[in-house]
Amino acid sequence: MKKFDKERVLLAVAGPVIALAVAFVLSAIVLVASGKSPVEPYTLMFEQLGFSDIQVLIINQASMYYIAALAVAIGFRMNLFNIGVDGQYQLAAMMAAVVGAHASLPAGLQVPLLLLTAVLTGAFWSGIAGVLKVTRGVSEVVATIMLNAIATSVIAYLWLPDVFGVKVGNNNTTGEMHESGWIGGIPVGDAGEIYGLVFLAVLLGIGYWVVLNRTRFGFDLRASGASETAAAASGVDPKRMVLTAMLLSGGIAGLAGLPILLGDTHTYSLNFPTGIGFLGIGIALLGRNSPVGIAFAALLWAWLDKASPELDFHGYDKEIAVIMQGLIVLSVVVSYEAVREWGLRRQQRRVGAELAAGHVLGADNNTTKEVAGR
Amino acid sequence: MTAPTSAVDVNQPSLQPAAPTGRRMSWQVLLLVIAGALALTSIVRIITGADGITNVSQMSTALQLAVPIGLAGLGGLWAERAGVVNIGLEGMMILGTWFGAWAGFQWGPWTGVVVGIAGGCVGGVLHAIATVTFRVNHIVSGVALNILALGITRYLAPLAFEGHAGGSAKQSPAVETLGHFTVPGLSDGLRDLNNNGWFLVSDIAGLLGGLVTNVSWLTLIAVALIPGTWWILWRTAFGLRLRSCGENPIAAESLGVNVYKYKYIAVIISGGLAGLGGVFLSIVANPFYLEGQVSGRGYIGLAAMIFGNWMPGGLALGAGLFGYTDSLNLRGGSTNVHALLLLGALLLIIGAVYLVIRKKYAPSMITAVIGALVFAWYATTNEVPNQVVSATPYVVTLVVLTLSAQRLRMPKADGLPYRKGQGK
Repeated sequence: MKKFDKERVLLAVAGPVIALAVAFVLSAIVLVASGKSPVEPYTLMFEQLGFSDIQVLIINQASMYYIAALAVAIGFRMNLFNIGVDGQYQLAAMMAAVVGAHASLPAGLQVPLLLLTAVLTGAFWSGIAGVLKVTRGVSEVVATIMLNAIATSVIAYLWLPDVFGVKVGNNNTTGEMHESGWIGGIPVGDAGEIYGLVFLAVLLGIGYWVVLNRTRFGFDLRASGASETAAAASGVDPKRMVLTAMLLSGGIAGLAGLPILLGDTHTYSLNFPTGIGFLGIGIALLGRNSPVGIAFAALLWAWLDKASPELDFHGYDKEIAVIMQGLIVLSVVVSYEAVREWGLRRQQRRVGAELAAGHVLGADNNTTKEVAGR
Repeated sequence: MTAPTSAVDVNQPSLQPAAPTGRRMSWQVLLLVIAGALALTSIVRIITGADGITNVSQMSTALQLAVPIGLAGLGGLWAERAGVVNIGLEGMMILGTWFGAWAGFQWGPWTGVVVGIAGGCVGGVLHAIATVTFRVNHIVSGVALNILALGITRYLAPLAFEGHAGGSAKQSPAVETLGHFTVPGLSDGLRDLNNNGWFLVSDIAGLLGGLVTNVSWLTLIAVALIPGTWWILWRTAFGLRLRSCGENPIAAESLGVNVYKYKYIAVIISGGLAGLGGVFLSIVANPFYLEGQVSGRGYIGLAAMIFGNWMPGGLALGAGLFGYTDSLNLRGGSTNVHALLLLGALLLIIGAVYLVIRKKYAPSMITAVIGALVFAWYATTNEVPNQVVSATPYVVTLVVLTLSAQRLRMPKADGLPYRKGQGK
């Protein structure tokens, strides 16, 4: 189906557009119900988009969301739910911070060392869930949820002063990292700095696309996601795929905290952002697991996050942004499913019409599509 | 959990167990195992002198911590028995805590209970609409619901609670207590018996004492819901139909069961139970709503249910285990957990011996080595860091799932989308 199909494009765009519209309408209803203007918060938040410092904040935040969402998306592509991205990136950032504070190599070695530490930590943590799933049949959903909770305890343990922790006032930190491990940002005048690792996010996005769409491994992965039986029949080892996908997902997840760690905080403290992994799930869903879609979704999320504090100064509650995020995710999943079924029915109708007209369908892949869609 | 079932599906055990052995275990054997575990605990208590591990207050705390987990687990059970995976329990509990406290501080605690349940039900309705009507992936919908519930409560909390005495953007004003009861003579008698420190007798007294001392009425309801659920789901026509939707919806439909209706009912009840668990947190465990109060208990409830093999009794056992390990956190954690290391080591060694008898030498060796390591940990230290204590329940769950996942049997059509008339 190389031919450009207008309806297919329409279908692809309809999902997110309907979802966003529904979410905004629903949040407007919430605003009206609480006796506030349903329009002003949006105009305020759109105005924020014009300020360069907010733009920088949005880009920086989006880079972390983007990496976390990519990690989730890899799992989604083969029906694996890595709910543990949250624990993986936090633990990985902590380990990177610890290594960065204790090892002191020249920058050319230090930065790769830190990246590697983060990737390996994340992969190790998700790998536990992967191994349990492959060898013992433990659902990865439950295993990663448990591992998230365990990661919290591990981090608290590593924060102890006689382990790796350094107390700064009331705050637990891991001590300042050596400067060779810092990554300078791109200064944008008074607006602040864009994290250097934003480019890592972009590279990961390109890498994700290449691996999934242009390699044998990516094909196997997508095939396993579309139909495990079909993939197994064509010689894909499902267990190996599960384990590899889990490790890959965890490895990428490990990088999610690094833009802020190497670019700004230089230590893993109580103030380190949490919950990015859970937000990543919503972002991956909104972006339909495609690298470009996720980028837009991450920017949208970061905008909601960074523009909403302004609302507090105008008598609104910034939490409306969280409601919006929740509503977006819920309406996104519903509208995607509805649009998908609508497209499926459209396809079936067309096949039916062609069959009725006496065409031979052997060359057309419509029939296989229909079966796989089930 | 979500992938379609097939011959090579790694989600599924490759061989169906000949019979669900867990359920067929006779009462005598089960009682023997429980008695054995208690005896072992008693020995450990006497050796280590950590009386805290079975005293009345410990058990009473454990019960209080187990109730919300058990209620969330029951919620999960209802939904999954009808074939809907409910990872949105967490969000439904959050709704329960907020709505319970919101109604509770204004119109009294019992109104709070009802409104909290209703709040959970609303979450259930949303989940049902997404998963049953629109056939959205169940886990995706659940995750979305969790985000949404968090957002709604965070948004509403400042609007509803700020300006009231004791209320703030993150905390509700105090809710009156629902009232406790202590079974008069029995409680004191058991406590005395518990204090004597006799082998086994005192431990059983401690366990029972915890069940009759300072029990909230809501706890009583929650405990009664477990046999209640069992009776409804396994002994009534309604329950049979509901479970048939989770096992084989196509067959159920062919017999005239309205599958959508049953799934909706099940998910809404599931939300109500999770909401009740939330209410318990914000009215009984604490007399107020606090942001982040649920802190993953919905997920733990789900784990307890899986641990219990999708059965109410097993679920209660799982919730009890979580509640107990959680209570160790609150009461003299590090010494008590240190004592339990010895119990763990003993259990591992017994397991190793059992494996030798079953002629499984390699797993037996591994178990024995781990047991020895745990024993070495016990012998060389005097305390266990607090962080280990807080991780214990989760590690235990992982270990239990690792050991038993192959023998668990979830409802056959659990998590699969179902379309009306799809069998035609």
